[in-house]
Amino acid sequence: MKASEQKALSYALFLGCTVPVRGMNYEASARLVAERLRIRLVDIEAFSCCGFPVQSVKKYSALLLAARNLSLAEQKDLDICVLCSACGVSLSEANHAFRQNPDLLSQINSDLQAVGRHYSGKTKVKHFVRLLYEDVGLKRLKEYIHQPLSGLVVAPFYGCHYLKPAEVHDHFEDPENPTSLEELIEITGAQALYHANRLSCCGGGILGIDEATAQKIAKSTLDAAKAVGADALVLQCGTCDVMLELSQRKIGKIFEVEYNLPVVYYPQLLGLAMGIPQEELGFALNRVGSQEFLHRVNSLVAR
Amino acid sequence: MSQRAREKIDADQLDPNFKFEVAKERGGELIVRCFACGTCSASCPVRQVNDRFNPRRIIHMVLLGLKEQVLTDDFVWLCAGCFSCQERCPQGVKIGDLMTALRNIAVREGHIHPSFTAQIVLLGKAGRLMEIGDFENKKRGRLGLPPMRQDASEVCALLERSGILSPDERKNRDKEPK
Repeated sequence: MKASEQKALSYALFLGCTVPVRGMNYEASARLVAERLRIRLVDIEAFSCCGFPVQSVKKYSALLLAARNLSLAEQKDLDICVLCSACGVSLSEANHAFRQNPDLLSQINSDLQAVGRHYSGKTKVKHFVRLLYEDVGLKRLKEYIHQPLSGLVVAPFYGCHYLKPAEVHDHFEDPENPTSLEELIEITGAQALYHANRLSCCGGGILGIDEATAQKIAKSTLDAAKAVGADALVLQCGTCDVMLELSQRKIGKIFEVEYNLPVVYYPQLLGLAMGIPQEELGFALNRVGSQEFLHRVNSLVAR
Repeated sequence: MSQRAREKIDADQLDPNFKFEVAKERGGELIVRCFACGTCSASCPVRQVNDRFNPRRIIHMVLLGLKEQVLTDDFVWLCAGCFSCQERCPQGVKIGDLMTALRNIAVREGHIHPSFTAQIVLLGKAGRLMEIGDFENKKRGRLGLPPMRQDASEVCALLERSGILSPDERKNRDKEPK
């Protein structure tokens, strides 16, 4: 029992492309939160892109890149924890495809052999937020809340690939009516507001194809979160952040709306409630209204 | 949309085998189950803001055999891959996977979207879509994050092996001054 508990709380940390460059605040806060919760996150230097970007060109190539990453974790007898939801879906989808079609895995392995790798199909893949919800659990997380954020109201944003396709994520949560993010927000003491776009697409999938369309999709979520009076939007994916935070000013300019809507990653919110120093959680890298957001947090915590 | 609906379809230009070709592609298998209810289009976030993209219409075009139009029009590239349609399709058509299958066929027929050509070259060079060099590692260090190494050799080999990066492209970029 003890050994399996130990294994359950050790993961290879898969960073992907966007997070280690444009989401360092996400990465830093996730690592700090994990450390406090005694989740061991192991870095594997040889990890590369998950394969997601090439699936539109050739699905097989995407599966091959995914399998290479999965094999690297398997070699160390570790499951994978992802921060980016697109990495999560890409790696999980490969596992799902290999389970359904062993011949495909054999073909993949004959190609992996060329770079001296082999994948037998053992590596499980979990998003960091799902890991907090399932492996740590709300009950244990609550014990770590030292600075409840009571009075803070935030808008949860699930994004797409944390939940969908449900089939490749083992149906861990109903994609039409999920609750994990709201529940995780509520244990920090903050209130999770309902808004029409909590399950929407951020638009990031077509940013490189048709920027104007992607911006219109993101605008819809910014409008919804603004309309319910959220202190911040809370999310869990680097691509969602590119659309909703890093593109927010640009979108505001195009549509002549002043959003000034802070966007925080869930581990940053949890880290604040756990009492981790704000500067360590990477808020200096939050581009929209982070000063005001932290003032608001400080005023609530001081009460 | 209404204007497009009035476009004439030349039956001689139809390829009745196209739907079977799509059904043979990984992800496209279930297309023939579609009964055109439109749940996909009603669920589509792209459709809501851009009427050039309409999943029901694309599926219908495939079933009719409008191969050339489906593969050459850039609307196949407009799917955001959110899977909202896929979760809701009452017939279990994996529409997100189907859009990927259509793109894969389009690429094979020589209609790759230029943004992907650039991405593949970058992946072959850096192993990631975003390069990590001294500048990024310095910034990471300031936040207490470990440095990351960039080694694309295996990624490059796998992209070449699976036929989406040609050694010529790689040689060309090797010659580029750093």
